[in-house]
Amino acid sequence: MSVIQASPADAPTVAIPAIRVDNLCRHYRMGETLIRAVDGVSLEVRAGEFIALLGASGSGKSSVLNLLAGLDRPTAGSVIVLGRDLARLSREELARYRLHTVGMVFQSFNLIPSMTVAENVELPLRFAEVNRSERDGMTNTALARVGLQSRMHHRPSELSGGEQQRVALARALINRPQFLLADEPTGNLDSRTGTEIMNMVREFNQQLGMTVVMVTHERALAERYAERLIHLADGKLVSDEPNSRAVSTEPISTASEGSLA
Amino acid sequence: MKLPDLTELALRNLRESILRNSLTTVGISVGVASLVAMLSLGIGLQQLASRRLMKSGLFDTIVVTSRREPRNFGRDEDRNSPPSADSRLLDEPSRVELNRLPNVIEANPDIRFATELRYDDKPYLTTVAALPESSQSTDAFESIQGHFFTSDTAPEAILQKSFAAELLGRPHNTGANETSVSELAAPLLGKELIMSYAQRETSPNAPAPAVPGTASTLGSENAAASYSVVSRQQKLKIIGVVDLDPESMRGPTRGRVFIPLKLAESLHVMQPTDLRELSSSSGDQTLYSSVSVRVKDPAQIRATEDAIKKMGFNTFSILDATRSLQQFFAVLDLFLGIFGSLALAVASIGIVNTLVMAILERRREIGIMKAIGASDLDVKKLFFAEAGAMGVLGGFVGVALGWAIGHVINLGTNIYLRRQALPPEHFWSVPWWLVGAAILFSFVVSLVAGLYPAARAARLDPVQALRYE
Repeated sequence: MSVIQASPADAPTVAIPAIRVDNLCRHYRMGETLIRAVDGVSLEVRAGEFIALLGASGSGKSSVLNLLAGLDRPTAGSVIVLGRDLARLSREELARYRLHTVGMVFQSFNLIPSMTVAENVELPLRFAEVNRSERDGMTNTALARVGLQSRMHHRPSELSGGEQQRVALARALINRPQFLLADEPTGNLDSRTGTEIMNMVREFNQQLGMTVVMVTHERALAERYAERLIHLADGKLVSDEPNSRAVSTEPISTASEGSLA
Repeated sequence: MKLPDLTELALRNLRESILRNSLTTVGISVGVASLVAMLSLGIGLQQLASRRLMKSGLFDTIVVTSRREPRNFGRDEDRNSPPSADSRLLDEPSRVELNRLPNVIEANPDIRFATELRYDDKPYLTTVAALPESSQSTDAFESIQGHFFTSDTAPEAILQKSFAAELLGRPHNTGANETSVSELAAPLLGKELIMSYAQRETSPNAPAPAVPGTASTLGSENAAASYSVVSRQQKLKIIGVVDLDPESMRGPTRGRVFIPLKLAESLHVMQPTDLRELSSSSGDQTLYSSVSVRVKDPAQIRATEDAIKKMGFNTFSILDATRSLQQFFAVLDLFLGIFGSLALAVASIGIVNTLVMAILERRREIGIMKAIGASDLDVKKLFFAEAGAMGVLGGFVGVALGWAIGHVINLGTNIYLRRQALPPEHFWSVPWWLVGAAILFSFVVSLVAGLYPAARAARLDPVQALRYE
């Protein structure tokens, strides 16, 4: 179960955002020079939305995603997710936030090579101290959802890129988070496999009600799937526009609690 | 993360770089083995020493004497000593009372006198000592030729080796070509000795009735004395020869000829102390110069000694000697332990090294775990579990190794001892507490070694770690 839950007062309405980013800054110091990776970005994400962060490499889109994921802390500004400011959470609380509230997928899949597919998917459940008896069932369900039950005892190196990303997706949703944060999920895949993965992400968004934030540099991909396109350049927000060309624009259900249907 | 998961993941990680972790574990095993080997040598030697000493009868014996020692008479200190009501005579009722004290096995009078023995019609002057039946079990009689007294009153004698040599007219030489006990015993066993001695007669005025064929009244120089002294003879059958050092520490073994205690008592042999007791002796009572009290356990010596002092006697024991012996072994064990631990300390540096290497190697993996929700504590615990697992594994292997080393050394030493015609000894001991303590110690040392790597892994910045290829 999620640690961070919307209270009844925060019940999803269009007015109250699931994520609210306010004047977000993330600066790095590299020797003498100050790198402004994120420089005063403000945006809102509604529950159940599918948004894409677009920009060239070095535009700060991945840094924003890391800040949303609680992997990094802002230099200034705030990231308020479901009413809680991530900047004010302790390291321990951030870890629990990453464990229960967000699921992440990466360009390079980031599976643990020494573990089998099932063990990789199961790993967050170990951190969440879920009982062993429940874990197997949950792992099977998650793997079934990405269609990889037959490969559960293989190691990641024995799988194709697309299959590895499906394992990562299964792992991202095993703890039933509300948010799916994807960093160039198709970057290492050919276009056909990329489409397959993106269809799966859209399925999570529409069927499980997960709020999706995807970082990509492929404008075509973003335009095909995301409801909203946010452009970043040099750490600053350039444009934030709804995308009418998305293939599936059916209205998002009001459900915001992420759950495996 | 729960402990079973932690253990499972730790063992999996250890298996992943099996060679490096095995080598580290072997390092720990060698450390533990050296610790176990050193300590079990110390413990074994201590047990050997205390076994020997216990058998010698030195450490469970209290020598009780009367406070009316002649040298105190008329001295100033006498006034400070307890009132005379407290200073009791060491007679038979006192001995019985001593015998009844808690934890006392037995209380036996020490009877020892110098006298003339005739063998083969030649006279020999020597010291005769009485032995209680219980002394049969002391190590002095381990290598007896012949046998111990058939009864506590039997007219039998056991000879000390050097006296046996004297009787046979052989030169007493020590060293490599020393005559063996069995060689000396063969011509002597079953032969007869005639012991002449002075008996104190209890009837003061009437001269003692002559014992047929032997008695010649010497009379008493102080006619006022309550007894007279009569010269008598006693035939003794030689039944055993022992290889016993006449200078051995314990009182009764200072003699060169031993006779049963009850026999010695029945003879009423005149002893040097008798003259000292003239003033107080009631005449019809035997007074003992000293009584040896044996207690069940050396640990009870002090309490028993206090009880005897309260009864009004002087006591002496070699308790202090055992205490300094224990001290010696405590220091020895400490030093052996320190030297043994050195190897383990080196091995613990190996753990630090291995785990720091593992952090560098698994940086990305740590980043992934953090990204999917592992807390700092989870990561820390995982590294602790790996260090601890290496410690426990190394501990088990090390104890087995140390035990094996001990046995090999014991075996080798006993082969050497046998070549030197010495009896084998078990000077190696690995008690269960040492096995447990060694494994626990290895575990704790490993955890301490894991402190730094675990903290470092937990502090890793996930963003940096994920960027790391």
